[in-house]
Amino acid sequence: MDTLFAPLLGGILVGLAASVLLLGIGRIAGVSGVVGELLRPGRDADSGWRMAFLVGLVLPGLVGAALWPSAVGAPDASPATLVAAGLLVGFGTRLANGCTSGHGVCGIGRGSPRSLVATVTFIFVGGLTVLVVRHGLAR
Amino acid sequence: MNLAQRGVALLAGLLFGAGLLLSGMTQPSKVTGFLDVAGSWDPALALVMVGAIGTFALAFLVARRWPTPVYADAFSWPTLRDVELRLVGGSAVFGVGWGLSGYCPGPALVSIGAGSTGAAWFTGGMLAGMAIYAWRYRGERAAENDERPQD
Repeated sequence: MDTLFAPLLGGILVGLAASVLLLGIGRIAGVSGVVGELLRPGRDADSGWRMAFLVGLVLPGLVGAALWPSAVGAPDASPATLVAAGLLVGFGTRLANGCTSGHGVCGIGRGSPRSLVATVTFIFVGGLTVLVVRHGLAR
Repeated sequence: MNLAQRGVALLAGLLFGAGLLLSGMTQPSKVTGFLDVAGSWDPALALVMVGAIGTFALAFLVARRWPTPVYADAFSWPTLRDVELRLVGGSAVFGVGWGLSGYCPGPALVSIGAGSTGAAWFTGGMLAGMAIYAWRYRGERAAENDERPQD
């Protein structure tokens, strides 16, 4: 039961977070956009809420690791693979203007066809990647 | 940018991070377990999406009826409408990195807070990828003056 209830409740919390940001300050809670826009020059006027959101995002990890160490797992990949994966995720999400949160949650939640296409694409390609790595070329 | 706006953003970040932790999305094996349809499939990510999308959809219906958000002058709605090649291509590139690592940007940052070295390697690469994007598309972005959406 817990294996189904915890993800659903966690998802509702994520949706609540995005709702607070939308109804509070009219912004879309897309993590790649929040981070990526901080890396663009000349965006200083807009950086306050982005930094505050990111501080909030990191803090539960700090507390969670202390109270509930098993909540945070280690990835099954080498440091080199993780850096390469990070590069692809960073560049790809910016090119697509969104990631799992901006497209997957907020975009689909407001009925955006673009976000639906983006989400279907990254889940499909992600599935294909796992298929190749786990069951295909690597074996 | 006043204090109330930062407070709202901080609260949203806290809820977001707590939700990702509770849902198990800070365990990369849960994510690759969802993506691995040929293995023992883990439905957790689908349930997270259902809970999050359903909740946000309600807020969206409310927001459409409000003239402005509580602490800002206007809603910053995404402006792009077309399904372009870069949307599909960028999402595909993202999908490869997601499948390789089991991380997308949110859970990686929450895991950094928990001191995960794997998440730190990933996030280093991610920030570099975003910086490369910012440099590669600097001209376009300057011309558009931020009319692209912040998905």
